Amino acid sequence: MQAKTLMRFFTAALLAGSIQLGGPGMAFADTTLLNVSYDPTRELYKEFNAAFAEKWKADTGETVTIQASHGGSGKQARSVIDGLGADVVTLALEADIDAIAAATGKIPADWKTKFDNNSSPYTSTIVFLVRKGNPKGIKDWGDLVKDDIQVITPNPKTSGGARWNFLAAWAWARDANGGDDAKAQQYVADLFKHVPVLDTGARGATTTFVQRGLGDVLLAWENEAYLSLEELGPDNFDIVTPSISIKAEPPVALVEGNADAKGTRKVAEAYLQYLYSDVGQKIAAKHYYRPFKPEAADPEDIKRFADVKLVTIDEFGGWKEAQPKYFGDGGLFDQIYKPGQ
Amino acid sequence: MSARTAPLWQFRQPSVLPGFGLALGVTLTWLVLIILIPLSGLAWRSSALGWATFLELATDQRTINALRISFGTALAAALVNVVFGVILAWVLVRYRFPGKRLVDAMVDLPFALPTAVAGIALTTLYAPNGWIGSLLSPLGIKIAFTPLGIVFALVFVGLPFVVRTVQPIMEEIDKEVEEAAATLGANRFQTIRRVLLPGLAPAVLTGFALAFARGVGEYGSVIFIAGNLPYVSEIAPLLIVIRLEEFNYPAATAIAAVMLMISFAMLLIINMIQAWSRRRYGYGA
Amino acid sequence: MAHEAVSNTGSGNTELVRVATSESRLARYGLIGLALGFVALFLVLPLAAVFTEAMRNGPGEFLTVLSDPETFAAIRLTLLVAGIAVPLNLVFGIAAAWAIAKFEFRGKAFLTTLIDLPFSVSPVISGLVFVLLFGSHSLAGPFLQSHGIQILFAVPGIVLATVFVTFPFVARELIPLMQEQGTSDEEAALSLGASGWQTFWYVTLPNIKWGLLYGVLLCNARAMGEFGAVSVVSGHIRGLTNTMPLQVEILYNEYNFVAAFAVATLLALLALVTLVLKSLLEMKYSEQIAASRRH
Repeated sequence: MQAKTLMRFFTAALLAGSIQLGGPGMAFADTTLLNVSYDPTRELYKEFNAAFAEKWKADTGETVTIQASHGGSGKQARSVIDGLGADVVTLALEADIDAIAAATGKIPADWKTKFDNNSSPYTSTIVFLVRKGNPKGIKDWGDLVKDDIQVITPNPKTSGGARWNFLAAWAWARDANGGDDAKAQQYVADLFKHVPVLDTGARGATTTFVQRGLGDVLLAWENEAYLSLEELGPDNFDIVTPSISIKAEPPVALVEGNADAKGTRKVAEAYLQYLYSDVGQKIAAKHYYRPFKPEAADPEDIKRFADVKLVTIDEFGGWKEAQPKYFGDGGLFDQIYKPGQ
Repeated sequence: MSARTAPLWQFRQPSVLPGFGLALGVTLTWLVLIILIPLSGLAWRSSALGWATFLELATDQRTINALRISFGTALAAALVNVVFGVILAWVLVRYRFPGKRLVDAMVDLPFALPTAVAGIALTTLYAPNGWIGSLLSPLGIKIAFTPLGIVFALVFVGLPFVVRTVQPIMEEIDKEVEEAAATLGANRFQTIRRVLLPGLAPAVLTGFALAFARGVGEYGSVIFIAGNLPYVSEIAPLLIVIRLEEFNYPAATAIAAVMLMISFAMLLIINMIQAWSRRRYGYGA
Repeated sequence: MAHEAVSNTGSGNTELVRVATSESRLARYGLIGLALGFVALFLVLPLAAVFTEAMRNGPGEFLTVLSDPETFAAIRLTLLVAGIAVPLNLVFGIAAAWAIAKFEFRGKAFLTTLIDLPFSVSPVISGLVFVLLFGSHSLAGPFLQSHGIQILFAVPGIVLATVFVTFPFVARELIPLMQEQGTSDEEAALSLGASGWQTFWYVTLPNIKWGLLYGVLLCNARAMGEFGAVSVVSGHIRGLTNTMPLQVEILYNEYNFVAAFAVATLLALLALVTLVLKSLLEMKYSEQIAASRRH
């Protein structure tokens, strides 16, 4: 009896709270979209969301409010699996969207085919951020394992970006050793011996490198490297593009289950499609993402991207194979840190 | 609910005070709703692993190292906090000095400051290019990005637990007891050791236990300053996060369950020692 | 304060009493120095670091940052959550302390340990347990979904996680205090014909009010500052489910260090404000406190 009354009181208190908070948000917007994204896309989507809302208003007369949620890619995927009502997801890794599809069925298994370019409206790659003037003379992946070099990268177990770092390094070493995966493994193990701190996320690693002054080189997303130059001082750092890197494809998908339940499928689809429009491509390039259609973007923006030989995830057998092999429990990354090595 | 409280009721010593049923009822209801039901979800998920896998996971070298780092640094930090926390509480209760109220107010800071901010602030101080780190690094002392950094973060996080559990008890101490001891010829040191400390012991022990338990599970402030290298400075909660990133809920909850069992056992032992010492010394009762 | 009270009430031998129940001057200064040094190293310096970063570009920017609508929404949400969680745990804390401190029963140490449990649960796990309980893949998930009840990634989930994390504070503060005080006052009141509630209201409550205040303040500070657990259940929707600590993280990750530390400063100030209130109350009632201590 007592338990019941308490429970009722408690539920009432909580409901009162949520109604009070939810109220004003509802009053403004006809439609609300929730875009669940990963960390480095904040600036990109801030601008893109405003552009899309304007276009939607002009086309249909409807007001659409886009809510954004940012965080580590894996954590964001878990939130959606656990019931976060995302209409669209724009994450760092295919594997994270696959996980949502497999766990919830709210995204069809063939989601990659729904939009152009494997559902990646923009791509990026991995570059080096070094201290101004490149005092240690770092030119390529091979320089990273020299004796006096310290490398900063986040932990591939907790950061999507760091997995691209890991695979880019692997790709270079495999290429340099005539396709020998064992030698590549040796190189990557060596590389991680030069890593003094493993931050949990890409932005944490950037802070360690930039604010704490730790390390000689930061392995970073290209867009992140440029952004940190812009935000944290172009006078202090240089960007070095290695001879080989990886084509990082952050994919987007419609969470059909949620969008259908909320009746937002049409606008959510239009939202993702708009990423491929000239306006969307231009905004992506402006925020240092390599656009799918470079011709749509500002040529000045495109000029900033250095020419680099890019390998794709397919050379690692695609994410479905690469994820467990390299980053799963006891996978190749874990083996680097086996004791006694 | 009443079925659960019934046996307890019978074993309770008679008392003229009313309200036991109501108080215990509210306590148990709230406890079950907020703590036990949610935690049972944890047990339920980790049970999906099966006993063999659970054991294998719990005895994995990396898990053991992480647990050792978490428990070791938490223990060191809690000991530091016991020594300085008691001194601080004593100074705040007994002495007058300028700025005392401000110091008193600042003790709660670690609770109010989000742990992530604490981690960032401490890293700012103790990183090799930080305010203090830059003074220490020429001497070859490294704090940030080593296990020592974890201890520093945990000292920060746990301090209020010790001070705030000891402080109210110190304020309650009757001066008469000390006067009596002094009249009977005890010097100040003897009075403190024989009269005051035994009375404070339960509170100090509680403070220690809470600071320790809190340190074991701490995540937000530690990841910024720890360096997070596997086998060296990787804490157990980080291992949980790593398992979650692999969408491996059972493994994550299993590590959590191991941590929880160890912490629970330690807290239980400390609470039992405390109950025993209360019965033995019967301080204040 | 207590020290003064005694030396003033001692009639003839004031000086002797003072020496016998206090430490030598040297020891006293030594201890104060030690305590202040420790506070400076572990509390003042980190706070100074936060303030310095917040004020890096002057107080003007500090204020602009705080008027940002998303930050404002975060402040509102934090106050709302603390406003629900703290009273709930206050009621629970008093009930638990009454049962545990005033009565002897089997399994008491076990019950106390259960109450301590949230301290030993990693914040990551404190959030996760509610995900396991209310998430789409939990037992309750489908039911909640079909009834349109949103617990996770909304205010109820944040409140639950906060209640979980701050669960032991009030009880933990009161139990040692009430044990210390024993039951004789209450027994006296009852024997004089007071009812149970009257005894509690007029005898117990005045005795424990300072401990209670401490407990509430700590509970409140922790409720507003909790990061780990809330982060798991919040969903991080900007301007909607971000509490102040989460907003700090977001701003920090946007390289907006000034704003991040400004919000952090505000959190620290909120805690300090409640403590200043406590100090004012203490000053106002100092006579009464001294009396209650002497008795």
